[in-house]
Amino acid sequence: MRRYSAFAIAREALRNHLGWEKAWRDAQPKKHYDVIIVGAGGHGLASAYYLGKNFGITNVAIIEKGWLGGGNTGRNTTIIRSNYLQDPSAAIYEKARSLYETLSQDLNYNVMFSPRGLLMLAQTHHEARGYLRTVHANMLQGVATEYITPERVKELVPIINIDGPRYPILGALYQARGGTARHDAVAWGYARACSAMGMDIIQQTEVKGVRSEAGRVTGVDTTKGFIGCGKLGIVVAGHSGQVADMAGFRLPVEAVALQALVSEPIKPCMDVVVMANTVHGYMSQSDKGEMVIGGGTDGFNNFTQRGSFHHIEETLRALVETFPMISRLKMLRQWGGIVDMTGDRSPIISKTPLAGCFINCGWGTGGFKAIPGSGWAMAELMAKGEPGPLAAEFDMWRFKEGRFIDESVAAGVAH
Amino acid sequence: MLTLECPYCGVTAEETELAPGYEAHLKRFGPGSTDEQFNDYMFARKNPKGVHFERWRHAYGCGKWFLAARCTATLEVFGTYPAQVGAPPEDIIAKIKARRPEWVME
Repeated sequence: MRRYSAFAIAREALRNHLGWEKAWRDAQPKKHYDVIIVGAGGHGLASAYYLGKNFGITNVAIIEKGWLGGGNTGRNTTIIRSNYLQDPSAAIYEKARSLYETLSQDLNYNVMFSPRGLLMLAQTHHEARGYLRTVHANMLQGVATEYITPERVKELVPIINIDGPRYPILGALYQARGGTARHDAVAWGYARACSAMGMDIIQQTEVKGVRSEAGRVTGVDTTKGFIGCGKLGIVVAGHSGQVADMAGFRLPVEAVALQALVSEPIKPCMDVVVMANTVHGYMSQSDKGEMVIGGGTDGFNNFTQRGSFHHIEETLRALVETFPMISRLKMLRQWGGIVDMTGDRSPIISKTPLAGCFINCGWGTGGFKAIPGSGWAMAELMAKGEPGPLAAEFDMWRFKEGRFIDESVAAGVAH
Repeated sequence: MLTLECPYCGVTAEETELAPGYEAHLKRFGPGSTDEQFNDYMFARKNPKGVHFERWRHAYGCGKWFLAARCTATLEVFGTYPAQVGAPPEDIIAKIKARRPEWVME
Protein backbone atom coordinates (compact mmCIF):
# COMPACT_ATOMS: atom_id res chain seq x y z
CA MET A 1 0.00 0.00 0.00
CA ARG A 2 1.33 3.41 -0.97
CA ARG A 3 1.11 5.89 1.89
CA TYR A 4 -0.95 9.03 1.54
CA SER A 5 1.10 12.17 2.15
CA ALA A 6 1.65 15.73 0.93
CA PHE A 7 4.51 14.33 -1.14
CA ALA A 8 2.16 11.77 -2.75
CA ILE A 9 -0.26 14.55 -3.75
CA ALA A 10 2.60 16.52 -5.34
CA ARG A 11 3.86 13.41 -7.13
CA GLU A 12 0.43 12.55 -8.51
CA ALA A 13 -0.22 16.15 -9.50
CA LEU A 14 2.77 15.88 -11.84
CA ARG A 15 1.45 12.74 -13.57
CA ASN A 16 -2.27 13.40 -13.98
CA HIS A 17 -3.22 11.43 -10.87
CA LEU A 18 -2.68 8.12 -12.65
CA GLY A 19 -0.72 6.52 -9.82
CA TRP A 20 -3.38 6.29 -7.10
CA GLU A 21 -4.09 2.73 -6.07
CA LYS A 22 -7.48 1.35 -5.09
CA ALA A 23 -7.90 1.83 -1.36
CA TRP A 24 -8.67 -1.86 -0.80
CA ARG A 25 -8.61 -5.05 -2.85
CA ASP A 26 -11.88 -6.59 -3.99
CA ALA A 27 -11.31 -10.09 -2.66
CA GLN A 28 -12.87 -13.45 -3.46
CA PRO A 29 -13.23 -15.93 -0.58
CA LYS A 30 -10.55 -18.51 0.19
CA LYS A 31 -11.50 -21.93 1.59
CA HIS A 32 -10.48 -21.22 5.16
CA TYR A 33 -9.53 -18.32 7.41
CA ASP A 34 -8.29 -18.15 10.99
CA VAL A 35 -10.97 -15.56 11.70
CA ILE A 36 -14.13 -14.53 9.88
CA ILE A 37 -15.87 -11.31 10.83
CA VAL A 38 -19.46 -11.04 9.58
CA GLY A 39 -20.28 -7.42 8.83
CA ALA A 40 -17.99 -4.85 7.18
CA GLY A 41 -19.30 -1.83 9.01
CA GLY A 42 -17.20 0.33 11.30
CA HIS A 43 -17.30 -2.11 14.22
CA GLY A 44 -16.51 -5.18 12.10
CA LEU A 45 -13.65 -3.52 10.23
CA ALA A 46 -12.22 -2.07 13.46
CA SER A 47 -12.40 -5.51 15.09
CA ALA A 48 -10.45 -6.97 12.16
CA TYR A 49 -7.95 -4.09 12.14
CA TYR A 50 -7.05 -4.46 15.83
CA LEU A 51 -6.82 -8.26 15.45
CA GLY A 52 -4.07 -7.58 12.93
CA LYS A 53 -2.46 -4.60 14.60
CA ASN A 54 -2.54 -5.69 18.25
CA PHE A 55 -2.36 -9.48 17.90
CA GLY A 56 -0.75 -10.18 14.52
CA ILE A 57 -3.76 -12.19 13.28
CA THR A 58 -4.07 -11.30 9.59
CA ASN A 59 -5.56 -14.44 7.98
CA VAL A 60 -8.92 -12.75 8.32
CA ALA A 61 -11.98 -12.32 6.08
CA ILE A 62 -14.61 -9.66 6.58
CA ILE A 63 -17.86 -10.73 4.91
CA GLU A 64 -20.48 -8.12 4.05
CA LYS A 65 -24.00 -8.63 2.72
CA GLY A 66 -24.21 -5.24 1.03
CA TRP A 67 -21.40 -2.78 0.57
CA LEU A 68 -18.74 -1.73 3.01
CA GLY A 69 -19.93 0.85 5.54
CA GLY A 70 -23.41 0.91 4.00
CA GLY A 71 -25.36 0.15 7.16
CA ASN A 72 -25.45 2.27 10.27
CA THR A 73 -21.86 3.44 9.71
CA GLY A 74 -23.20 5.40 6.73
CA ARG A 75 -26.42 6.43 8.47
CA ASN A 76 -25.49 8.05 11.76
CA THR A 77 -24.98 11.66 12.85
CA THR A 78 -21.20 11.20 13.41
CA ILE A 79 -21.20 12.39 17.02
CA ILE A 80 -18.34 11.33 19.30
CA ARG A 81 -18.49 11.67 23.08
CA SER A 82 -17.69 9.67 26.20
CA ASN A 83 -19.59 11.50 28.96
CA TYR A 84 -21.31 8.39 30.29
CA LEU A 85 -22.37 7.72 33.86
CA GLN A 86 -21.59 4.04 34.36
CA ASP A 87 -17.92 3.01 34.69
CA PRO A 88 -17.83 0.28 32.01
CA SER A 89 -19.48 2.62 29.47
CA ALA A 90 -17.20 5.55 30.26
CA ALA A 91 -14.16 3.26 29.95
CA ILE A 92 -14.97 1.87 26.49
CA TYR A 93 -16.37 5.11 25.02
CA GLU A 94 -13.39 7.11 26.34
CA LYS A 95 -11.02 4.50 24.88
CA ALA A 96 -12.82 4.97 21.56
CA ARG A 97 -12.72 8.77 21.79
CA SER A 98 -9.00 8.77 22.64
CA LEU A 99 -8.30 6.41 19.71
CA TYR A 100 -10.22 8.80 17.42
CA GLU A 101 -7.76 11.57 18.41
CA THR A 102 -4.94 9.86 16.53
CA LEU A 103 -6.91 7.63 14.17
CA SER A 104 -6.02 9.60 11.03
CA GLN A 105 -2.28 9.19 11.72
CA ASP A 106 -2.74 5.58 12.81
CA LEU A 107 -4.64 4.57 9.65
CA ASN A 108 -2.85 7.02 7.31
CA TYR A 109 -6.34 8.06 6.27
CA ASN A 110 -7.99 11.36 7.11
CA VAL A 111 -11.06 10.55 9.19
CA MET A 112 -11.57 14.29 9.83
CA PHE A 113 -11.92 13.89 13.58
CA SER A 114 -13.05 17.27 14.82
CA PRO A 115 -13.02 17.62 18.63
CA ARG A 116 -15.19 20.72 18.44
CA GLY A 117 -16.85 20.27 21.82
CA LEU A 118 -20.19 18.79 22.73
CA LEU A 119 -22.99 20.12 24.92
CA MET A 120 -25.83 18.23 26.52
CA LEU A 121 -28.38 20.82 27.58
CA ALA A 122 -30.01 20.64 31.00
CA GLN A 123 -33.59 21.86 30.57
CA THR A 124 -35.22 20.57 33.74
CA HIS A 125 -33.93 20.64 37.32
CA HIS A 126 -33.90 16.88 37.34
CA GLU A 127 -31.75 16.81 34.23
CA ALA A 128 -29.40 19.46 35.68
CA ARG A 129 -28.85 17.34 38.79
CA GLY A 130 -28.33 14.27 36.61
CA TYR A 131 -25.61 16.00 34.59
CA LEU A 132 -23.88 17.28 37.74
CA ARG A 133 -23.77 13.68 38.89
CA THR A 134 -22.34 12.64 35.52
CA VAL A 135 -19.64 15.32 35.75
CA HIS A 136 -18.63 14.00 39.18
CA ALA A 137 -18.61 10.42 37.87
CA ASN A 138 -16.55 11.51 34.86
CA MET A 139 -13.97 13.13 37.19
CA LEU A 140 -13.47 9.79 38.92
CA GLN A 141 -13.35 7.97 35.57
CA GLY A 142 -10.75 10.34 34.10
CA VAL A 143 -13.11 11.69 31.44
CA ALA A 144 -12.74 15.46 31.04
CA THR A 145 -16.19 17.06 31.29
CA GLU A 146 -17.57 20.09 33.09
CA TYR A 147 -20.92 21.59 34.01
CA ILE A 148 -21.37 25.07 32.53
CA THR A 149 -23.82 27.95 33.03
CA PRO A 150 -26.46 29.13 30.54
CA GLU A 151 -24.33 32.24 29.83
CA ARG A 152 -21.40 30.06 28.82
CA VAL A 153 -23.77 27.97 26.66
CA LYS A 154 -24.83 31.16 24.87
CA GLU A 155 -21.15 32.11 24.35
CA LEU A 156 -20.39 28.73 22.82
CA VAL A 157 -23.59 28.59 20.75
CA PRO A 158 -24.67 32.11 19.76
CA ILE A 159 -27.68 30.83 17.76
CA ILE A 160 -29.25 29.11 20.77
CA ASN A 161 -32.32 30.41 22.59
CA ILE A 162 -31.48 29.99 26.28
CA ASP A 163 -34.78 31.27 27.68
CA GLY A 164 -37.39 29.45 25.66
CA PRO A 165 -40.90 29.47 27.10
CA ARG A 166 -41.22 25.74 27.66
CA TYR A 167 -37.79 24.50 28.64
CA PRO A 168 -35.31 27.32 29.35
CA ILE A 169 -31.68 26.21 29.46
CA LEU A 170 -30.44 25.82 33.02
CA GLY A 171 -26.90 24.69 32.20
CA ALA A 172 -25.11 22.05 30.21
CA LEU A 173 -22.78 19.09 30.44
CA TYR A 174 -19.80 20.09 28.31
CA GLN A 175 -17.19 17.75 26.88
CA ALA A 176 -14.62 19.95 25.17
CA ARG A 177 -12.91 17.03 23.39
CA GLY A 178 -16.11 15.50 22.09
CA GLY A 179 -17.07 16.24 18.50
CA THR A 180 -17.57 14.61 15.14
CA ALA A 181 -15.68 12.65 12.48
CA ARG A 182 -16.30 11.77 8.85
CA HIS A 183 -18.30 8.55 9.14
CA ASP A 184 -17.52 7.05 5.70
CA ALA A 185 -13.83 7.81 6.10
CA VAL A 186 -13.73 5.80 9.33
CA ALA A 187 -15.03 2.71 7.49
CA TRP A 188 -12.85 3.35 4.43
CA GLY A 189 -9.72 4.02 6.51
CA TYR A 190 -10.11 0.80 8.49
CA ALA A 191 -10.90 -1.13 5.28
CA ARG A 192 -7.77 0.18 3.56
CA ALA A 193 -5.60 -0.67 6.56
CA CYS A 194 -7.12 -4.18 6.86
CA SER A 195 -6.61 -4.83 3.16
CA ALA A 196 -3.00 -3.64 3.42
CA MET A 197 -2.40 -6.24 6.16
CA GLY A 198 -3.57 -8.95 3.72
CA MET A 199 -7.13 -9.35 5.03
CA ASP A 200 -9.93 -10.13 2.54
CA ILE A 201 -12.93 -7.82 2.44
CA ILE A 202 -15.67 -9.79 0.68
CA GLN A 203 -18.64 -7.59 -0.23
CA GLN A 204 -22.03 -8.54 -1.72
CA THR A 205 -21.87 -11.88 0.07
CA GLU A 206 -24.60 -12.83 2.50
CA VAL A 207 -24.13 -15.28 5.33
CA LYS A 208 -26.91 -17.89 5.15
CA GLY A 209 -25.92 -20.25 7.93
CA VAL A 210 -23.36 -20.99 10.63
CA ARG A 211 -21.86 -24.48 10.74
CA SER A 212 -20.51 -26.14 13.85
CA GLU A 213 -19.12 -29.50 14.98
CA ALA A 214 -19.30 -30.74 18.56
CA GLY A 215 -20.37 -27.33 19.81
CA ARG A 216 -17.56 -25.46 18.07
CA VAL A 217 -17.94 -23.18 15.05
CA THR A 218 -16.35 -24.47 11.81
CA GLY A 219 -17.44 -21.89 9.25
CA VAL A 220 -20.28 -20.10 7.50
CA ASP A 221 -22.46 -20.88 4.51
CA THR A 222 -22.67 -17.86 2.25
CA THR A 223 -24.11 -16.93 -1.13
CA LYS A 224 -20.57 -17.66 -2.43
CA GLY A 225 -20.41 -21.10 -0.82
CA PHE A 226 -18.99 -22.48 2.42
CA ILE A 227 -16.08 -20.62 4.03
CA GLY A 228 -14.31 -22.30 6.92
CA CYS A 229 -12.94 -20.50 9.97
CA GLY A 230 -11.28 -21.07 13.31
CA LYS A 231 -13.13 -18.24 15.01
CA LEU A 232 -16.22 -16.31 14.02
CA GLY A 233 -17.13 -12.76 15.00
CA ILE A 234 -20.71 -11.57 14.45
CA VAL A 235 -20.75 -7.77 14.12
CA VAL A 236 -23.94 -7.05 12.20
CA ALA A 237 -25.88 -4.48 14.29
CA GLY A 238 -29.53 -4.52 13.18
CA HIS A 239 -29.48 -8.14 11.99
CA SER A 240 -27.67 -9.54 15.04
CA GLY A 241 -30.72 -11.54 16.07
CA GLN A 242 -30.95 -13.16 12.63
CA VAL A 243 -27.27 -14.23 12.52
CA ALA A 244 -27.36 -15.33 16.18
CA ASP A 245 -30.36 -17.49 15.26
CA MET A 246 -28.21 -19.22 12.60
CA ALA A 247 -25.59 -19.85 15.30
CA GLY A 248 -28.27 -21.32 17.55
CA PHE A 249 -28.78 -18.77 20.31
CA ARG A 250 -31.11 -15.91 21.09
CA LEU A 251 -30.16 -12.37 22.06
CA PRO A 252 -31.82 -9.82 24.34
CA VAL A 253 -32.05 -7.47 21.38
CA GLU A 254 -34.85 -5.78 19.45
CA ALA A 255 -34.41 -3.93 16.17
CA VAL A 256 -36.00 -0.50 15.76
CA ALA A 257 -35.59 2.37 13.31
CA LEU A 258 -33.62 5.50 14.18
CA GLN A 259 -33.81 8.48 11.83
CA ALA A 260 -31.61 11.41 10.96
CA LEU A 261 -31.85 14.28 8.52
CA VAL A 262 -29.81 17.14 7.13
CA SER A 263 -30.75 20.66 6.07
CA GLU A 264 -29.62 22.59 3.05
CA PRO A 265 -26.05 23.86 3.54
CA ILE A 266 -25.66 27.26 5.17
CA LYS A 267 -22.71 29.39 6.26
CA PRO A 268 -20.90 28.33 9.44
CA CYS A 269 -23.13 29.18 12.41
CA MET A 270 -22.50 26.54 15.06
CA ASP A 271 -19.11 24.98 15.81
CA VAL A 272 -20.13 22.64 18.62
CA VAL A 273 -22.47 19.66 18.86
CA VAL A 274 -25.64 20.38 20.85
CA MET A 275 -27.87 17.70 22.30
CA ALA A 276 -31.20 18.57 23.90
CA ASN A 277 -32.40 15.40 25.57
CA THR A 278 -35.51 16.69 27.32
CA VAL A 279 -37.11 17.95 24.12
CA HIS A 280 -35.22 15.22 22.23
CA GLY A 281 -33.27 16.52 19.31
CA TYR A 282 -29.62 17.07 18.58
CA MET A 283 -27.79 19.05 15.98
CA SER A 284 -24.34 19.83 14.63
CA GLN A 285 -23.09 21.50 11.48
CA SER A 286 -21.19 19.44 8.94
CA ASP A 287 -18.11 20.71 7.12
CA LYS A 288 -20.31 21.16 4.06
CA GLY A 289 -22.56 23.49 6.06
CA GLU A 290 -25.57 21.22 6.44
CA MET A 291 -27.22 21.10 9.83
CA VAL A 292 -27.11 17.40 10.82
CA ILE A 293 -30.10 16.49 12.95
CA GLY A 294 -31.09 13.44 14.93
CA GLY A 295 -33.94 12.51 17.21
CA GLY A 296 -35.54 9.52 18.85
CA THR A 297 -36.20 5.96 17.78
CA ASP A 298 -39.55 4.54 16.80
CA GLY A 299 -41.20 2.37 19.40
CA PHE A 300 -41.84 -0.75 17.33
CA ASN A 301 -39.78 -3.52 15.74
CA ASN A 302 -38.77 -2.55 12.24
CA PHE A 303 -36.22 -3.71 9.64
CA THR A 304 -37.16 -1.36 6.79
CA GLN A 305 -34.60 1.47 7.32
CA ARG A 306 -37.57 3.86 7.21
CA GLY A 307 -38.87 5.60 10.28
CA SER A 308 -42.13 7.22 11.27
CA PHE A 309 -42.84 10.64 9.87
CA HIS A 310 -44.14 12.08 13.13
CA HIS A 311 -40.71 11.64 14.74
CA ILE A 312 -39.24 14.06 12.23
CA GLU A 313 -41.89 16.59 13.16
CA GLU A 314 -41.26 16.13 16.89
CA THR A 315 -37.48 16.44 16.46
CA LEU A 316 -37.72 19.55 14.32
CA ARG A 317 -40.30 21.15 16.63
CA ALA A 318 -37.88 20.69 19.54
CA LEU A 319 -34.94 22.11 17.59
CA VAL A 320 -36.82 25.10 16.18
CA GLU A 321 -37.71 25.99 19.75
CA THR A 322 -34.05 25.66 20.79
CA PHE A 323 -32.59 27.32 17.66
CA PRO A 324 -35.26 29.72 16.30
CA MET A 325 -33.09 30.73 13.32
CA ILE A 326 -33.39 27.27 11.71
CA SER A 327 -37.17 27.63 11.30
CA ARG A 328 -36.83 28.72 7.65
CA LEU A 329 -34.29 26.04 6.66
CA LYS A 330 -35.26 23.44 4.10
CA MET A 331 -34.46 19.85 4.91
CA LEU A 332 -32.52 18.10 2.16
CA ARG A 333 -32.41 14.44 3.05
CA GLN A 334 -33.85 12.11 5.65
CA TRP A 335 -32.98 8.48 6.27
CA GLY A 336 -33.31 5.67 8.79
CA GLY A 337 -31.06 2.96 10.17
CA ILE A 338 -31.94 -0.21 12.03
CA VAL A 339 -30.48 -0.17 15.52
CA ASP A 340 -30.23 -3.15 17.85
CA MET A 341 -31.47 -2.19 21.30
CA THR A 342 -30.68 -4.24 24.41
CA GLY A 343 -32.64 -4.25 27.65
CA ASP A 344 -30.20 -1.92 29.45
CA ARG A 345 -29.26 0.12 26.34
CA SER A 346 -25.61 -1.00 26.64
CA PRO A 347 -23.75 -3.10 24.07
CA ILE A 348 -22.88 -6.78 24.12
CA ILE A 349 -19.25 -7.83 23.45
CA SER A 350 -19.28 -11.42 24.44
CA LYS A 351 -18.51 -15.07 24.04
CA THR A 352 -21.58 -17.03 22.99
CA PRO A 353 -23.02 -20.50 23.74
CA LEU A 354 -21.23 -21.66 20.56
CA ALA A 355 -17.50 -22.14 21.16
CA GLY A 356 -15.27 -20.06 18.89
CA CYS A 357 -18.16 -17.72 18.06
CA PHE A 358 -18.16 -14.19 19.45
CA ILE A 359 -20.67 -11.38 19.20
CA ASN A 360 -20.39 -7.60 19.20
CA CYS A 361 -23.82 -5.97 19.02
CA GLY A 362 -26.41 -3.95 20.91
CA TRP A 363 -24.77 -0.56 20.29
CA GLY A 364 -28.27 0.75 19.73
CA THR A 365 -28.37 4.42 18.93
CA GLY A 366 -24.78 5.15 19.98
CA GLY A 367 -22.52 2.99 17.86
CA PHE A 368 -20.49 5.35 15.71
CA LYS A 369 -18.68 7.04 18.59
CA ALA A 370 -17.61 3.65 19.92
CA ILE A 371 -16.12 2.14 16.76
CA PRO A 372 -12.39 2.17 17.67
CA GLY A 373 -12.96 1.11 21.29
CA SER A 374 -15.44 -1.57 20.27
CA GLY A 375 -13.01 -2.99 17.70
CA TRP A 376 -10.17 -2.86 20.23
CA ALA A 377 -12.18 -4.79 22.85
CA MET A 378 -13.61 -7.28 20.32
CA ALA A 379 -10.15 -8.03 18.90
CA GLU A 380 -8.81 -8.74 22.39
CA LEU A 381 -11.79 -11.00 23.13
CA MET A 382 -11.39 -12.93 19.86
CA ALA A 383 -7.61 -13.24 20.00
CA LYS A 384 -7.42 -14.41 23.63
CA GLY A 385 -10.77 -16.17 23.83
CA GLU A 386 -11.45 -14.25 27.04
CA PRO A 387 -12.57 -10.63 27.40
CA GLY A 388 -10.08 -7.97 28.44
CA PRO A 389 -10.93 -5.22 30.94
CA LEU A 390 -12.88 -3.14 28.38
CA ALA A 391 -15.27 -5.93 27.38
CA ALA A 392 -15.46 -7.88 30.64
CA GLU A 393 -18.74 -6.42 31.88
CA PHE A 394 -20.49 -6.35 28.50
CA ASP A 395 -21.12 -10.11 28.30
CA MET A 396 -24.51 -11.40 27.15
CA TRP A 397 -25.21 -13.23 30.44
CA ARG A 398 -25.35 -10.00 32.47
CA PHE A 399 -29.10 -9.84 31.90
CA LYS A 400 -29.71 -13.23 33.47
CA GLU A 401 -27.43 -12.37 36.38
CA GLY A 402 -28.80 -8.87 36.95
CA ARG A 403 -25.51 -7.05 36.27
CA PHE A 404 -27.04 -4.34 34.09
CA ILE A 405 -25.01 -1.43 32.77
CA ASP A 406 -28.08 0.71 32.87
CA GLU A 407 -27.49 3.62 30.51
CA SER A 408 -31.18 3.82 29.61
CA VAL A 409 -31.73 5.41 32.98
CA ALA A 410 -28.30 7.03 33.29
CA ALA A 411 -28.12 8.70 29.91
CA GLY A 412 -31.69 9.92 29.64
CA VAL A 413 -32.97 9.44 26.13
CA ALA A 414 -30.40 10.25 23.48
CA HIS A 415 -27.54 7.82 23.66
CA MET B 1 -47.66 6.32 8.86
CA LEU B 2 -48.62 3.12 10.62
CA THR B 3 -52.37 2.76 11.16
CA LEU B 4 -53.98 0.05 13.27
CA GLU B 5 -57.63 -0.66 13.98
CA CYS B 6 -58.46 -0.83 17.66
CA PRO B 7 -60.42 -4.10 18.12
CA TYR B 8 -62.36 -2.66 21.07
CA CYS B 9 -63.63 0.68 19.82
CA GLY B 10 -63.25 0.01 16.08
CA VAL B 11 -61.34 3.25 15.50
CA THR B 12 -58.68 3.19 12.81
CA ALA B 13 -55.93 4.88 14.79
CA GLU B 14 -52.75 6.46 13.52
CA GLU B 15 -49.45 5.71 15.18
CA THR B 16 -49.45 8.99 17.13
CA GLU B 17 -52.66 7.86 18.86
CA LEU B 18 -51.10 4.58 19.96
CA ALA B 19 -48.38 3.50 22.39
CA PRO B 20 -46.21 0.53 21.36
CA GLY B 21 -45.67 -2.36 23.76
CA TYR B 22 -43.33 -4.73 21.87
CA GLU B 23 -43.60 -8.54 21.73
CA ALA B 24 -46.94 -10.16 22.53
CA HIS B 25 -47.84 -13.60 23.94
CA LEU B 26 -44.88 -13.66 26.33
CA LYS B 27 -45.29 -16.39 28.89
CA ARG B 28 -45.00 -14.83 32.30
CA PHE B 29 -42.55 -16.31 34.82
CA GLY B 30 -42.19 -15.20 38.41
CA PRO B 31 -41.37 -16.66 41.83
CA GLY B 32 -40.51 -20.36 41.59
CA SER B 33 -39.21 -20.18 38.04
CA THR B 34 -35.61 -20.89 37.08
CA ASP B 35 -33.16 -18.06 36.30
CA GLU B 36 -33.21 -19.20 32.68
CA GLN B 37 -37.00 -18.94 32.41
CA PHE B 38 -37.08 -15.56 34.10
CA ASN B 39 -34.28 -14.26 31.87
CA ASP B 40 -36.11 -15.40 28.73
CA TYR B 41 -39.35 -13.83 29.92
CA MET B 42 -37.65 -10.54 30.79
CA PHE B 43 -35.11 -10.14 27.97
CA ALA B 44 -34.96 -12.81 25.24
CA ARG B 45 -37.01 -11.62 22.28
CA LYS B 46 -37.91 -13.25 18.97
CA ASN B 47 -37.24 -9.99 17.11
CA PRO B 48 -38.18 -11.60 13.76
CA LYS B 49 -37.55 -10.04 10.38
CA GLY B 50 -41.03 -10.85 9.16
CA VAL B 51 -44.27 -11.70 10.96
CA HIS B 52 -44.36 -10.22 14.46
CA PHE B 53 -47.08 -10.33 17.10
CA GLU B 54 -46.98 -7.28 19.29
CA ARG B 55 -48.80 -5.28 21.94
CA TRP B 56 -50.22 -1.84 21.39
CA ARG B 57 -52.28 0.45 23.58
CA HIS B 58 -54.91 2.77 22.23
CA ALA B 59 -53.37 5.43 24.46
CA TYR B 60 -55.18 8.50 23.14
CA GLY B 61 -58.46 6.63 22.53
CA CYS B 62 -60.16 4.00 24.64
CA GLY B 63 -56.93 3.36 26.56
CA LYS B 64 -57.05 -0.42 26.20
CA TRP B 65 -54.26 -2.84 25.29
CA PHE B 66 -54.71 -4.88 22.13
CA LEU B 67 -52.51 -7.09 19.95
CA ALA B 68 -51.45 -6.76 16.33
CA ALA B 69 -49.86 -9.02 13.72
CA ARG B 70 -47.47 -7.04 11.54
CA CYS B 71 -44.54 -7.66 9.20
CA THR B 72 -41.35 -5.98 10.43
CA ALA B 73 -39.71 -6.31 7.01
CA THR B 74 -42.45 -4.51 5.02
CA LEU B 75 -44.58 -2.78 7.72
CA GLU B 76 -47.66 -4.61 6.37
CA VAL B 77 -50.37 -5.05 9.01
CA PHE B 78 -52.21 -8.40 8.93
CA GLY B 79 -54.75 -7.59 11.60
CA THR B 80 -55.46 -6.69 15.21
CA TYR B 81 -57.23 -8.62 17.96
CA PRO B 82 -58.16 -8.29 21.63
CA ALA B 83 -55.47 -8.99 24.20
CA GLN B 84 -57.38 -11.59 26.24
CA VAL B 85 -55.91 -14.54 24.32
CA GLY B 86 -52.88 -16.76 24.85
CA ALA B 87 -52.14 -17.22 21.15
CA PRO B 88 -53.12 -15.49 17.88
CA PRO B 89 -56.69 -16.36 16.79
CA GLU B 90 -57.38 -18.55 13.75
CA ASP B 91 -58.63 -15.74 11.50
CA ILE B 92 -55.43 -13.73 12.03
CA ILE B 93 -53.28 -16.78 11.26
CA ALA B 94 -55.35 -17.38 8.10
CA LYS B 95 -54.80 -13.77 7.03
CA ILE B 96 -51.04 -14.11 7.56
CA LYS B 97 -50.90 -17.45 5.68
CA ALA B 98 -52.80 -15.89 2.77
CA ARG B 99 -50.10 -13.23 2.44
CA ARG B 100 -47.07 -15.30 3.56
CA PRO B 101 -47.64 -18.94 2.47
CA GLU B 102 -44.12 -19.96 3.57
CA TRP B 103 -44.56 -18.58 7.10
CA VAL B 104 -44.74 -21.01 10.03
CA MET B 105 -45.84 -20.11 13.54
CA GLU B 106 -42.87 -20.33 15.93
